[in-house]
Amino acid sequence: MSIEIIPDGKGKGKNRKPLLIEAGIVAAIAVIVLFVLPPIFTGLGAGFQIGLLGRFMALAIAALGIDLIWGYTGMLSLGHGLFVALGGYALAMYLQLQIPAGQIPDFFQLYGVSELPTFWQPFYSFPFTIVAIFAIPMLVGGILGYLVFRNRIRGVYFSILTQAALIVFFNFFNGQQKLINGTNGLKTDTTTIFGAQVGSPPVQAVFYGLTVILLVAAYALCRWLTSGRLGRMLVAIRDDEPRVRFSGYNPTGYKVLVFAVSAGLAGIAGALYTVQSGIITPAQMNIAPSIEIVIWVAVGGRASLVGAILGALLVNFAKSTLSAQFPEVWLFFQGALFLAVVTLLPSGIVGWLRTEGIQNLRSLLGLRQPVATYPSLETDPEVKYERQSVGNRESDG
Amino acid sequence: MLSGILDGIFNGISIGSVLLLAALGLAIVFGLMGVINMAHGELMMLGAYTTFVVQNGFKQLGGVWFELYIFVALIAAFVVAAAVGLVLERGVIRYLYGRPLETLLATWGVSLILQQFVRSVSWQFVVGLGLFCLLYFGATTLLARRANWQQIRSWAIAILLPISAGIAIAIALVAGQMYKLPFTQPWFGAQNKDVTAPRWLRGGIPIGDYQLPSARLFIIGLTIACLIGIFLFLQKSPWGLRIRSVTQNRSMSACLGIPTKTVDALTFAIGSGLAGVAGSALGLLGSVGPNTGQNYIVDTFMVVVVGGVGKLVGSIVAAMLIGTANYVIGANVLQPLVAGSPALSSFFEFFATASMAKVMVFALIIVFLQFKPAGLFPQKGRTIDA
Amino acid sequence: MNAKVLEIENLTVSFDGFKALNQLNFSLDEGELRVIIGPNGAGKTTFLDVITGKVQPTVGQVRFKGKNLRSLSEDQISRSGIGRKFQTPRVYLKLTPRENLEISCSRSKNVFAALFQPIPAAERRTVAGLLETIDLTAKADLPAELLSHGEKQRLEIGMLVAQAPDLLLVDEPVAGLTDEETEAVGDLLLALAESHSIVVIEHDMEFVRQIARQVTVLHQGTVLCEGSMSEVQTDPRVIEVYLGHQEEE
Repeated sequence: MSIEIIPDGKGKGKNRKPLLIEAGIVAAIAVIVLFVLPPIFTGLGAGFQIGLLGRFMALAIAALGIDLIWGYTGMLSLGHGLFVALGGYALAMYLQLQIPAGQIPDFFQLYGVSELPTFWQPFYSFPFTIVAIFAIPMLVGGILGYLVFRNRIRGVYFSILTQAALIVFFNFFNGQQKLINGTNGLKTDTTTIFGAQVGSPPVQAVFYGLTVILLVAAYALCRWLTSGRLGRMLVAIRDDEPRVRFSGYNPTGYKVLVFAVSAGLAGIAGALYTVQSGIITPAQMNIAPSIEIVIWVAVGGRASLVGAILGALLVNFAKSTLSAQFPEVWLFFQGALFLAVVTLLPSGIVGWLRTEGIQNLRSLLGLRQPVATYPSLETDPEVKYERQSVGNRESDG
Repeated sequence: MLSGILDGIFNGISIGSVLLLAALGLAIVFGLMGVINMAHGELMMLGAYTTFVVQNGFKQLGGVWFELYIFVALIAAFVVAAAVGLVLERGVIRYLYGRPLETLLATWGVSLILQQFVRSVSWQFVVGLGLFCLLYFGATTLLARRANWQQIRSWAIAILLPISAGIAIAIALVAGQMYKLPFTQPWFGAQNKDVTAPRWLRGGIPIGDYQLPSARLFIIGLTIACLIGIFLFLQKSPWGLRIRSVTQNRSMSACLGIPTKTVDALTFAIGSGLAGVAGSALGLLGSVGPNTGQNYIVDTFMVVVVGGVGKLVGSIVAAMLIGTANYVIGANVLQPLVAGSPALSSFFEFFATASMAKVMVFALIIVFLQFKPAGLFPQKGRTIDA
Repeated sequence: MNAKVLEIENLTVSFDGFKALNQLNFSLDEGELRVIIGPNGAGKTTFLDVITGKVQPTVGQVRFKGKNLRSLSEDQISRSGIGRKFQTPRVYLKLTPRENLEISCSRSKNVFAALFQPIPAAERRTVAGLLETIDLTAKADLPAELLSHGEKQRLEIGMLVAQAPDLLLVDEPVAGLTDEETEAVGDLLLALAESHSIVVIEHDMEFVRQIARQVTVLHQGTVLCEGSMSEVQTDPRVIEVYLGHQEEE
């Protein structure tokens, strides 16, 4: 189920069959993850791993969001932890309010607050919360994106500004004990949802299932956005944004849209991650967690949706294994990972598999190398000539 | 009222000069190479730790020596940070020119490594690392002389890397067993360390009923000295001329025979060295810890964004503006002015902490960028932005 | 006398004091093909930059079909009917020639159209026809980064045509092309001139001679002289600035 960076331009009818196959594969994997893995792991006494898988799949949704804006559109956001946290806080606030009427969450008493702050009020409503989980990040992302893209601020400037926005929100949440419990964050595992305790196994199992379903939905959404006309525009903006303007397009709208969608995905990821890990704190909005999302995508492979999911799962499992056993080594390892991916494996695991990996595998198995063009080209003498002199081409490109 | 204004100006300049000192190296490197160095904060931290080490050394000597250690520390901090910066440029960044976003990620990796390095560095660690470098780079250098090096390269690295790492770790562990704690104990650990300023920097100079803290005055002086030094270097020295020419037109400079690679390395080393000096100065203001650099990194980035690329004056003005804005909002200096209106008054009250001031300043920066997206002093010309 | 499609009055562009264009006056009739020549640094590319909105004029104004372009952004100017081909070919390298053309050809350029509207059949046919014209049908579905320099040049000209502008600004269309290709491009431009207004910037004098009716010579940011090719070639001022080109006559 490899995803092409470049959606091909052939007629729709031809596209339908691979799309169906892909949907089938995705559905099969989802069914396995939903129904086969949990009993196996629980049977082996490693039910904890299933809990981790659930959390990491939630984070994979955020990775998809990053892939959408970085891999396809070329905007590197170092501030997506903000949106993850906003989604997490939205759901956590709702859960904190699941208490007998007239009471307010316990932590308010610590700071002598006796009345619920106004902005908490809407979070009594379940439908509002569900919408808020993705709508608030989308709104914040959309406004920030519009103000930045409108002025054609891009590249590293954009990255730095997203990071600054992140730190600003970090400071805000950290400093406002009376509004949002400051550094301590909001706990969710002891709260109740529809009368059941959030931290209890049955509820966690439901969230696990929900995560799988939403991950598939997020994948489908990104797949839809990156194929077809919008996908091509995104690639065009990534490769040469000023040129897009001369073709008569205003890139601002496109960039705001994908940035907002990406923020919304991060919000959903944050909500799912929060209920599965039991707490949301402002630490989620520190610099490091946001850059980590980027490195998952880089490890998996930019401009590959499967890569983003794969990278999120791989790196997070490596982290949970390594940081538990050798806490000191983990930072060294993570640092080295950043360096290695960027210098040695710039297109990530999936990118490598698509190019060298397949070739290496084939030559190991003694198979003939495939010819990756269209039949009509095989007869074109010019193409033949070019293929022979392909090594010289890089100098004039 | 007068002392309030004086207080505001002095504190604004004081915060601004720390920012400027920290941002100076970053701005020069960014201007020349378009590289944002996420490890800049960690280079500052290394400078601060160097100051800590020098201070401990001079404490042993005692007396007048201790009073003067700060000057040695500044130079040492510059050298250490510049050396690390040089290694960073040669080892990583030069492979990533033209890919600014990747550089961002790679230097972030470096910053993580440096943070953990100061936490866990010990004799054992140093011996192990030294041994590994000796074995690995020694072996690759020897093998590189062979004619078929290019063919066996990937295999050689795949074999040499684990072997040298294995030997180095094994010897370090054995040595750790033999010499016990003095050998394995971390030098600094994860705790913050306190740098004691010399006595003449601890007091203050009274002006009326107001005290100007000497340490802050010293930092302002240091910033001015660094600015003058950089200005003279860039404007008057032959290498400064080369740096400026590469900043303006890299490929043309290369055609004229300027060694652009050396210029890159030199600039990066100087930028890193300035970070070291900044870190050294920060040590005077408080304790030094592995996370010292992180606290400054976003603010220094904002200085570069607001100041614009390629002109020192942009960084200066931006640093002073941001410093003053931070102080004015954070300390609620405007309070007397808005006392008449309760709404405004409570509005300013809300932002009157150091962290909430940053929220406000960021909002102001975003507003500012709506009018001047390329910063205060943007570059103009036909070559800009293909 | 035709209506003026492009009028430029007293245009000055200065970069930090350096005047790239200096009190330049220029006008182009509807349906005219004009070639602009001039030595390096004469301000030819800045001239196009101002028209397409990439650079804002310091003084003076540019009017396209009577409308002042000053406050418009590049994309608005492009949508109002000015197309531009760049000096070095700028195509979207990761997209195929077909997709490149489709992007240029598309009439609905906002986000939601890109999301929800399929490509109209008429545009597909236009693109297929254009691929035929620029002789890239065989490579229509390869990433454009694999094309040779000449093919990229042809592709970009194709993109310009796909945009269906009223005024075409063409910056060095034949740089790096073979003689046959140059002639083909010349024929294409002449064919386009039947129904479009075109401004061509070119160094290749052979090519200029092939297509030029009216020539404008730029020098140091101002118009040095204007006229037919033979008039321009005999003008003493032109010979002076073009010392190296005397023997071409």
